[in-house]
Amino acid sequence: MSGFSTVYKKEVRENLRDRRSLFNSVLLGPILFPILFIGLAYFAGSKQQERAEKVLEVPVIGVEHAPNLVSFLEQQGVVIMEPPKDPEASVKAQEMQVIIRIPEKFAEQWKSGKPAVVEVIADPSRRESDIPMQRVKGLLYAYGAQIGHLRLQLRGVSPTIRTAIMVKDVDLSTPQSRGMLVMIMLPYVLMITAFTGGMHLAIDSTAGEKERKSLEPLMINPVPRWQIMLGKMSATATYAFASLALTLLAFRFAFPFLPTGALGVDLNLSGAAMGGILLAVLPVVVLAAAMLTTLASLAKSLREAQSYMGLVFMIPMIPSLIFMVNPMKAETWMMAIPMFSQNLLIGEFVRGESVSALWLSMSMGSTLIIGLGFAAVAATLFNRPRIVFSN
Amino acid sequence: MIEVSNIYKSFGKVEAVKGISFKVHDGEITGLLGPNGAGKTTTLRMLYSLLPPDEGEIRIDGLDPTRDAMAIKRTLGVVPDSRGLYTRMTARENIAYYGKLHGMPGKDIEGRIAELVETLDMGDFIERRTEGFSQGQRVKVAIARAMIHKPQTVMLDEPSNGLDVMSTRALRRYILDLKRAGHSVILSTHIMQEVAALCDRIVIIANGQIAADGTAEELLKKSGCDTLEDAFVRLIGTEEGLLA
Repeated sequence: MSGFSTVYKKEVRENLRDRRSLFNSVLLGPILFPILFIGLAYFAGSKQQERAEKVLEVPVIGVEHAPNLVSFLEQQGVVIMEPPKDPEASVKAQEMQVIIRIPEKFAEQWKSGKPAVVEVIADPSRRESDIPMQRVKGLLYAYGAQIGHLRLQLRGVSPTIRTAIMVKDVDLSTPQSRGMLVMIMLPYVLMITAFTGGMHLAIDSTAGEKERKSLEPLMINPVPRWQIMLGKMSATATYAFASLALTLLAFRFAFPFLPTGALGVDLNLSGAAMGGILLAVLPVVVLAAAMLTTLASLAKSLREAQSYMGLVFMIPMIPSLIFMVNPMKAETWMMAIPMFSQNLLIGEFVRGESVSALWLSMSMGSTLIIGLGFAAVAATLFNRPRIVFSN
Repeated sequence: MIEVSNIYKSFGKVEAVKGISFKVHDGEITGLLGPNGAGKTTTLRMLYSLLPPDEGEIRIDGLDPTRDAMAIKRTLGVVPDSRGLYTRMTARENIAYYGKLHGMPGKDIEGRIAELVETLDMGDFIERRTEGFSQGQRVKVAIARAMIHKPQTVMLDEPSNGLDVMSTRALRRYILDLKRAGHSVILSTHIMQEVAALCDRIVIIANGQIAADGTAEELLKKSGCDTLEDAFVRLIGTEEGLLA
């Protein structure tokens, strides 16, 4: 096995000197993802807050038909503006987000005790007008409810009689379990990192060596080819694992900076949870390295190998996407599905729950078996004479 | 001692080698001469056990490359047609890597590299990364890493490809030194002068077959020509693909 360890050490060392390789495993996952993550959370949170707290400026058409309603809005801090000439067009052109129109019949309907129609002109398909629209509607409903109460009281009826059902929320979620964004994104990011972390090395050390014509002389050395393959594969796995550990660590340090107030989330990753996650994902690293090495040894050139990698990206994405669209409860049989089981397990660890040894060993075992299967395929590919020929 | 008897190799429909037989004796330089695409590289690849022959037998000091590949690889030093180096490693690291793959202890590797730096005159660039090396420097590193374990038999595939005059002269001197030190050398080339200047025996290959085999004098006699150049052209039957 000295051939294996020689190849392994050489690949790890040589790739430490490769900027692209380092960029892929050290920079991309561990630095970029958490920054992207925090940035998005901040952005989403602050945008939401901004829209919720911003002074509401609303053009009102027909102020003269309902002066009391308008003064109620003003009391609530709404700035009433002159309406544009063509309100529908100005909403369509995104000049205005919401416009209130009080029709002429308002006073007549109001006096006869019929529901008085007030139109809210907006385009709900535009996400940015969502919050102002909700705020305007909320104010209008509030005014309506207030007047409704008064009318009932005047007639000697208790206003509560209108409230037949009172819905009360009993919230059992823990602060951790409310971190939905993290729950969805972290498994996804980690699965992708398991693949991207070693990707450059896998391509460079097989298809790259073939293209640079250093594979043929390497194969003339008295080392069995499966050992050469294993050395390259292990180096790939090492890079992926290092990248994964760094990413997880980066997330741990990034969590306190998440705008918990805005998201209503308070998250932290304990050392034990991190250890559990790393253990659960370790077989994925082996599987990813074996798959990457197999694909890269099938390719005749660097370019061809790189074009396969687009496909490889899809593999870790599929289980995460399924989980994103259709969140499901973890069951024992799911632990036999590689990558999907890790998605569930990471979720359990992040939620701070204890994970059963059976689940963990099932997930690790099934993933490892498939990983070793791919490694065997890669070893067979290395034994073919044509592995060394680029064309 | 290398014995090649009646080997065949085809890639799909292309028959690269069609029944080649020859012998290489110890302490001699044997040249495989032939135009580009004659089957020289394929023959060598079968000798150093990269490709198995479809038919026929090869024995290197009694060992069969298809069965005793590891044992044969330990006794061979090969500078193949593709001689890519690791550009992110220094010349010394490139050479030492091959020493380690041969299972040599670190101390032996260092000592051997010191010798090779001396004989191949690599002092100026041994500690430099091989990125941007000249052809001559690259060939020297490729030879050094092939010779790190002091192989008895040396195979060189078109070693002077892309070299300038000075580097070619140095290379030829080195090959003659190898012979003097008792190594067997197999050299493939399409350059007639190289064969004339170096080889004890010449095996002429054309279209995947042996066109002629013998010492320079025997080839002259056989062809009835006055110069080796004429003899080669007559024996191969065409001037195509040969360099004077």
